[in-house]
Amino acid sequence: MPRELITVNDLTKEFVLSTKQRKLNNTSEKVKIAANKLNFSVYEGEVFGLLGPNGAGKTTTLRMLSTLIKPTSGEAFVDGASIVREPDRVRSRIGFLTSELKLEQFFTPDYLFDFFADLHGVPADVAKARKAEMFSRFGINEFAGVKVANLSTGMKQKASLVISLVHDPDVVIFDEPTNGLDIITAKTVTDFLLDLKAEKKTVMISTHIFSLVEKLCDRVGIIIDGKMAVCDSLDAVCGGISLEDRFFELYNDAKEAAK
Amino acid sequence: MKNNKIWAIMRKEFARFFGDKRLVFTSILLPGLLIYFLYSFMGSAMGDMFGNEDGYVPVCYAVNVPANAEAMLEAALGTDIQTIDAAETESYKQQITASEADLLMVFPEGAEALFNGTAVPAEDAPMIALYFNSANTESLAVYQTAAAVLDGYESSVTNLFDINMGDESYDLATEEEAAGQIFAMMMPMLLMMFMFSGCMAVAPESIAGEKERGTIATLLITPIRRSHLALGKIFSLGVIAVLSGVSSTVGTVLALPKLMNFEDSGLNMDASFYGITDYLMLGCVIVSTVLLLVALISCISAFAKSVKEAGTALTPVMLINMLIGVTAMLGSAPTNPVMYCIPLYNSAQCMSAIFSFAADPVNIAVTCGVNLAVMGVMVFLLTRMFDSEKVMFSV
Ligand SMILES: Nc1ncnc2c1ncn2[C@@H]1O[C@H](COP(=O)(O)OP(=O)(O)OP(=O)(O)O)[C@@H](O)[C@H]1O
Ligand SMILES: [Mg+2]
Repeated sequence: MPRELITVNDLTKEFVLSTKQRKLNNTSEKVKIAANKLNFSVYEGEVFGLLGPNGAGKTTTLRMLSTLIKPTSGEAFVDGASIVREPDRVRSRIGFLTSELKLEQFFTPDYLFDFFADLHGVPADVAKARKAEMFSRFGINEFAGVKVANLSTGMKQKASLVISLVHDPDVVIFDEPTNGLDIITAKTVTDFLLDLKAEKKTVMISTHIFSLVEKLCDRVGIIIDGKMAVCDSLDAVCGGISLEDRFFELYNDAKEAAK
Repeated sequence: MKNNKIWAIMRKEFARFFGDKRLVFTSILLPGLLIYFLYSFMGSAMGDMFGNEDGYVPVCYAVNVPANAEAMLEAALGTDIQTIDAAETESYKQQITASEADLLMVFPEGAEALFNGTAVPAEDAPMIALYFNSANTESLAVYQTAAAVLDGYESSVTNLFDINMGDESYDLATEEEAAGQIFAMMMPMLLMMFMFSGCMAVAPESIAGEKERGTIATLLITPIRRSHLALGKIFSLGVIAVLSGVSSTVGTVLALPKLMNFEDSGLNMDASFYGITDYLMLGCVIVSTVLLLVALISCISAFAKSVKEAGTALTPVMLINMLIGVTAMLGSAPTNPVMYCIPLYNSAQCMSAIFSFAADPVNIAVTCGVNLAVMGVMVFLLTRMFDSEKVMFSV
């Protein structure tokens, strides 16, 4: 049995909605339960996919795991460290990528890599070697000296990705890693994630793209409306039919149940 | 210390600030230059308005002017007084209204007696009428001079006693003290304002701005301790704010003599009479005050969703800070150390005391201690705010 690197127990996040937010979402409910008693585990050396439609609660779950926000109730452990009680230890073990994390416009990818390596306490020589490797792998060298403000969306995404991994973490959590990327860059990213898996790293991604899950993931959790509909190995989840067909079955079941 | 990331944050803040030439220019060089030129200009403009401008020869007319009064007035006004006939007064009054002439003096008939010492005090004193145009600054100045000369003469004829009529200097204040008084009145208020605007130039941008642009979240997912992030920001922003404050201060000190029109009077106003100790004490007060202000402004900025909102929220704080600066203009600094436990007020009073050579090291120490303690509380609050998703990710 491989080691459990992420353990999630009854993880729940409720957002109190302001009057404005309620109007915007066209709802009268005062709280939005973005994650509802989630339970799942991610094992060492696997790629775990969190699959769900827009607004399902994928980003919210990943934000809790990366300690950016605190759960309303429930608990989760990353490599044995509690996200509630030991956020510092969690932060040093994970690399987190989500569109919310922006790089300062004024600086270059080159500067920012060094800066974040410093914050993560990576020794200078190790950081230098890692920078050379990662920059050439993602083709960042040609714009390493260009200010972030002048980079294209895809270039920024690549820079963010590389910087989220300055410290070579054992657990990699990527929220929609291929969003906004062209197929060439998207393939670079997916190939990289498979390499990470080969290196025995633990990878957790969120996505709404079925093909990405089918291509990458060993196990998948399908999350609908904040609830985990199913969580198992890809084969077990599909049960002979395509992931897409299986998803719509689950989706319709969830809608029925909600009525 | 291996885990100490304060310096890493400071280096990044400095790289951000000093790497941006425009930012350095607008927040460090520009305030000093602007203040220097503005004050110099104000000083010379005021000089033009109130002083007798060199080379201007006023046009003065007089009716029935006695010879010795004419000599006295001509010497004082620096012009020839033209004698006219009593019947012509109306047309000369119109000239004054039209600013073609500056002054018309109408002496009573037989005014000679008033100026050769033969007049006896009468119940119904004769009157000298001086016509002038207050809308014309030259006319007003000439009138004031003439009135003063005549007034002075009037008091000397009755001559019951004289005040300060000898040749010696009666003002026993030293040059330093006189200038110190001016500095003590002006500088604390100005410094309080400069320090505040120095902090305003950088702190909201660095805290609310990073929040607004989503770059603070990228820092928050690293294992850096929140207190190190808070301290790194406050120290680096403090250094930049001090530089901005120093620039404004240098501009002021250089321009103050011009502003106060002391160049002509020969009063030494270049602040060179303050000693090392004075500057050291001033430096301590300024640094501790700037750190306190930066921490305060950072805390308030952390609550704001955008730089703009931070600016709005900080306007009342700016006004309070200015009012505190004004208190230093009024009266002399309190001596009771308890009064120096009130943050910001203590800074203004300390600076006032330093500039008037009356600084008490105990009060300075209390002030710096209190300011740093309050800064510590603010750093703690900021640390808590960095940890609060409600504050950091407010929408
Ligand atoms: N700060 C917040 N305040 C209020 N509601 C929020 C907040 N953050 C998220 N939500 C709500 O929680 C729900 C889940 O959002 P989340 O961003 O986790 O969805 P997602 O699965 O990542 O969707 P997408 O595929 O569109 O990225 C949504 O209904 C969203 O409106
Ligand atoms: Mg999302």
